[in-house]
Amino acid sequence: MIKINSKKLAKFLGLKAVRLLILLIVIAAISFIMIQLSPIDPVRAYLGQRIVSQEQLAIMGEYWGTNLSLGERVMGWLSTLASGSMGFSLIYRVPVTEVIVQKFTASLTLMVSSWIISGIFGFLLGVLAGAKEGTWIDKVIKTYCYILQSSPTFWIGLVLLMVFSVYLGWFPIGLSVPIGQLSDTVTFWQWLHRLILPAFTLSIVGIASLTMYTRDKLISVKKSDYFLFAQARGESFWGIIKNHGIRNILIPAITIQFMSFNELFGGTILVEQVFAYPGIGQATVAAGLRSDVPLLLGIVIISTIFVFAGNLIADIIYQYVDPRLRGEDDD
Amino acid sequence: MTEAPWYNKGLFSSLNLRQKTLLTIGLTGLVLFVIFICGWLIDANLPTDFAMKMQAPSFSHPFGTDWMGRDMFIRTIKGLSLSIVIGIGASIISSFIATILAFVASVNKWFDEFVSWLIDLFASIPHILLIMMISIALGKGAFGVIMAVAFSHWVNLTRVLRAEVLQINTSEYVALSNRLGRSKLWIAKEHILPLVLSQIFVGTLLVFPHAIMHEASVTFLGFGLSPHEPAIGIILSESMSYLAMGAWWLAFFPGLALLIVVLLFDIIGDNLKRLLDPGEANN
Repeated sequence: MIKINSKKLAKFLGLKAVRLLILLIVIAAISFIMIQLSPIDPVRAYLGQRIVSQEQLAIMGEYWGTNLSLGERVMGWLSTLASGSMGFSLIYRVPVTEVIVQKFTASLTLMVSSWIISGIFGFLLGVLAGAKEGTWIDKVIKTYCYILQSSPTFWIGLVLLMVFSVYLGWFPIGLSVPIGQLSDTVTFWQWLHRLILPAFTLSIVGIASLTMYTRDKLISVKKSDYFLFAQARGESFWGIIKNHGIRNILIPAITIQFMSFNELFGGTILVEQVFAYPGIGQATVAAGLRSDVPLLLGIVIISTIFVFAGNLIADIIYQYVDPRLRGEDDD
Repeated sequence: MTEAPWYNKGLFSSLNLRQKTLLTIGLTGLVLFVIFICGWLIDANLPTDFAMKMQAPSFSHPFGTDWMGRDMFIRTIKGLSLSIVIGIGASIISSFIATILAFVASVNKWFDEFVSWLIDLFASIPHILLIMMISIALGKGAFGVIMAVAFSHWVNLTRVLRAEVLQINTSEYVALSNRLGRSKLWIAKEHILPLVLSQIFVGTLLVFPHAIMHEASVTFLGFGLSPHEPAIGIILSESMSYLAMGAWWLAFFPGLALLIVVLLFDIIGDNLKRLLDPGEANN
């Protein structure tokens, strides 16, 4: 069974926490500076279309601190962040944390479901391709992955949208809520109905890298001596794949899947835009296009934590769950 | 490799693997070059013909026409050539950054730590978000996109080059050169750079497909090229408004063309890698 050295794990997690903290401070500062250097004028962005006089503009600027130096502004932003507040979203008119929590939970269902689907199918396809190396099955799977790796996520989404929503009419064209209905009154099935296509798009796009990885790993296992020995003992082919192949490649595959949070988040932004799914991706695009700087910066920080969490879990699995790597200095 | 590629049969069977690889590179390169030149020669102001608007694909308009009666095939070619230009710019700049950082990392332990940390930093923000932020900071447009894509794609190449430079640095002739009083800069220029040049070259080409795809993605989201530019991302985001009306050709063909260009660059990159690094060819 899995036996984890708790002292070592605590030290490992402590170090990781320090790393995350430094990372977050630097990213918060850099992204803030980047926005400050951009042509976006925060006062203008706040006022939107309203017309104000020069004096009022100056008062607003003073109130918001746009006349401070860059260094002072960065320190101000970091100290506000440290107090746990991310400011006020300009588009949604509520605190940024509230927007992010709401939008992120909506996206989480999308991300988690497609992450699991792509993990399972990606792994199975990889095993199939690796086991049947050189046959037409392998070639079909390889070509599929190759093409998917070269195609833009949003275009796949558009094609699926055209086929399933416009041509076949199976799914609605956009929005997670039917028109003329409040979001609280949506039934589970209505919601699920609108989740399927975006989740499906995100899944088939996410499969490629995992499948190729699993395939290559399995092929290298097939070349190993213990594989040959198992064959010599007369075990059945799929029995060997199951007992010697999958056992050896499952953990690295899971690790790879956890390390894909970066692409998962990127894919979500594009897919949500195509399917008009009101999650964190749409909020990101809206924040960027409409100069909602507080929200944009908040999303950068949250997504960094998200990606970091994925990599951390991958690290932990790699170092603590794999019995071979746990070995020596554990006692 | 047991499987024989298509060019291993029939007409080209007399060629050896090296010649075939060269032929593949040449042909794919030629296709891309033709697309680029054609797009470059096309006038940006396409004739609009409202009598011909929203036509489905036909012989005179193989990709159909858009809401202003412009031929989608011409628009797509123009968009692809723009993508290629941006891809070239972004990948050259990103491999330039990667090369410099790899050499900086080789100076001493502290610089190495710093570069590793920088790699970690850039790898921990989702790519698209990073590109969006940089593009916004630089005021969008072609310049913003090229810089954004360049500054987010150096990570992988830097990892590879850093390891490579580190390895060469431990070799005996570098140590000898050091003893003979050559400066670090001289060693970097004369001993290390020539050896990693092929890696840099291949790395640049392998960044290319990602650069093109990411450019199209951010442009699609509205953070890249301006809506007046004939970019693929713009064409595709425009097509969103007409999908419900059944104008499938507006999105299908431009995206497919982009996919093909990305695949072609991938093929060139892979083949060139094999050509320059025969030891890796069987992996």
